[in-house]
Amino acid sequence: MDVVFKNVTRTFAFLVFILLAAIMVSLAYGSRESIAAFGLGFLWTNNWDPVNHLYGALVPVVGTLLTSIIALVIAVPVSFGIAMFLTELSPTWLRRPLGTAVEMLAAIPSIIYGMWGLFVFVPLFQSYIQPGIISFFEYVPVLNQVFSGPPFGIGVFTAGLILSIMVIPFITAVMRDVFELVPGMLKESAYGLGGTTWEVVWKVVLPYTKHGVIGGIMLGLGRALGETMAVTFVIGNAFNLPGSIFAPSNSIASALANEFNEAGGMQKSALLELGLILFLITTVVLVLSKLLLLRLSKGEGTSH
Amino acid sequence: MFDTNSIVSLSNPVYKRRQRFNRLMLALSFVALLFGLFWLFWIILTLVVKGGGALSLSLLTQATPPPGATGGLVNAIVGSIMMAIVGTLIGTPIGILAGTYLAEYGRRGWLAPATRFLNDVLLSAPSIIIGLFIYAVFVAQVGHYSGWAGSFALAILVIPVVVRSTDNMLLLVPNSLREAAAALGCPQWRIVTRICYRAASTGIITGVLLAVARISGETAPLLFTALNNQFMSMNMNAPVANLPVVIYQYAASPYADWNRLAWAGAVLITLLVLGINIAARALFRK
Repeated sequence: MDVVFKNVTRTFAFLVFILLAAIMVSLAYGSRESIAAFGLGFLWTNNWDPVNHLYGALVPVVGTLLTSIIALVIAVPVSFGIAMFLTELSPTWLRRPLGTAVEMLAAIPSIIYGMWGLFVFVPLFQSYIQPGIISFFEYVPVLNQVFSGPPFGIGVFTAGLILSIMVIPFITAVMRDVFELVPGMLKESAYGLGGTTWEVVWKVVLPYTKHGVIGGIMLGLGRALGETMAVTFVIGNAFNLPGSIFAPSNSIASALANEFNEAGGMQKSALLELGLILFLITTVVLVLSKLLLLRLSKGEGTSH
Repeated sequence: MFDTNSIVSLSNPVYKRRQRFNRLMLALSFVALLFGLFWLFWIILTLVVKGGGALSLSLLTQATPPPGATGGLVNAIVGSIMMAIVGTLIGTPIGILAGTYLAEYGRRGWLAPATRFLNDVLLSAPSIIIGLFIYAVFVAQVGHYSGWAGSFALAILVIPVVVRSTDNMLLLVPNSLREAAAALGCPQWRIVTRICYRAASTGIITGVLLAVARISGETAPLLFTALNNQFMSMNMNAPVANLPVVIYQYAASPYADWNRLAWAGAVLITLLVLGINIAARALFRK
C-alpha cells in the first residue's frame, strides 16, 4: 500500500511535469501547416489576409508587446509605491485591509475589466482626457507622433492602462513579500545613520531585494502578455500596426478570442501558431521571473 | 526637551532638502495606493449602479432570451455551476496528489523541484492557451464543442493552484508529527493521509476555494471548448451555456436588453468571486 500510494502521487506529479510540454507539442502540431507554409518569416510579416490565405504575426506580436510595455511603465512605479506604503508607512492595523483591497484587483474577472473599460472608461477617456493629451503634445517633436491620431477612446494605450491595473496586485504582492525579507538589522542600521525612510527604501531595501523585484516585474509582464478578455474589449481589434499609442491594433490573445471559432483551415493553423508564439514568450518570461525569485531566496543573508 | 533632529534640520540645508524629498516620495507612495484603490472602487461602483438595477428574480427562472424578448440567465448559471463543479472535481484530486508527492516524497531526486518550478509557470500561463490546448487535443478530435471540454480546461486551471497550496501547506506540517506517528509503527501513506492532511486541511481547502474563485470568472478557456448555448441544457456532451461567455457575447451586442443582462451577469460573477476570495482568506486566518 505504501508503494502504491507513493507511485500514485508520483504519477500525478509527473503529469503536471509534462503538462507544459504537452501544451507546447499540441500547439506546434496544430500549427504545422502554417509553419510549413510561412516558415520563420511568419514572425515579422505584416499580413493578415484570410481571403488569399496569407498570414503573418507582426501586428499581433507588436500589439501584445506594446500593450504589455505600457502596462509595466504604469504598473511598476505604482506597485513600488503601494508596496513601500504598506511595508514602511502604513499603520499596522491598516495593512491587512489595504493589502486585501489591492489583492481584490486581481480577483475581479478579466471580462469585468473589459466591460467596464469599454462602456465606462472609454467614453470618458475619449471625450475628456484624450483630446487634451493630443493637443497638449501637438507641437512637441517626436511626442506628437506618439500621441497623435483621432481620439477613438479604444486603442493600444487604453488596453495598456487597463492591463496595468490588472497586474498591479501581482507585482505589489511580490514586492511586499521580498521587502519583508530584508533583515530588520539592516534597515535599523540605515535609520541609525540618519537615513530618511525614502533613503532606506531606495538605497538599502531595493538593492537588497533587486532580484526579487525584477522577478515580480517579470511575473507581471507574463500576466500582461497573455491577458485576453480585457484587452479584446478595448484594443480595437484592427490588424494594423499602431501609428501612435492611441491607435487601435490587435494582440495575440484578442486575435485568438475574436477569430478562432470562425476560422478554418490555414487561418486556424496560423492562429494556433500565434498561440504557440504567445505561449513561448510567456513561458520564457515566467521562467526568468522564477529563476530571479529563486536566486533571491538562495541569496538570503549573503551580500548582494 | 530638545529634539536633536530638528536642531540638525534647522541648521543644515542638506538635511532639510533630504527631508523635503523624503516627504515628497512618501506622499507619492500614498498617491500610488490611492491610484490602485481608485480603480477598484470605480469598477465596483459601476457594477452596483449598472448591474444593481438589472438584478431581478427572473434572472434565476428564465433562460437567455432572443433579442427583444425578456429573459434571464438561468441556463448560463446552471452551466457555469456544472462545469465549475466537474472541473474542480477533476482538478482537485490530481492537484492534491501531485502536491503530496512534492512535499512528502520529493525531498530527493529531480522530479519534485522540476515539477514545482514548471507548476509555477503553469500557474501564470495565459488561460486562453489552455483553451487552445483542450481544443487541439479534445474538441478537434471529438469534432464538437462540449461541456466536458470546458470542464477539462477549467480543471487544468485548478491543478496548479491546488498543487502549490498543498505543497506549501504540507511543508509547514512539523516533522515531529510525522516522526511521532512513524515511531508508533504507522506506515508512511497513513501518516500522510491521516496526519499530514489533517494538519494541513485548512490550507488545502483555502487553495481549492481560491481555485474555484479563479475558474468561476474565466472566459477565455471556455470560448473554444464549451462555447455557448442559447437554451437550457444539462448535456455535458454538447455546448453548454456559461455566464462568462454569455456576458462576453451580450456585452458586445447592440441590443439594450442583452447589455442589461450582461451587466446583471457581471454583478453576479463579481459578487461570487470576491465573496469566495474573502471567505477563503477568513477561513485561512482562523
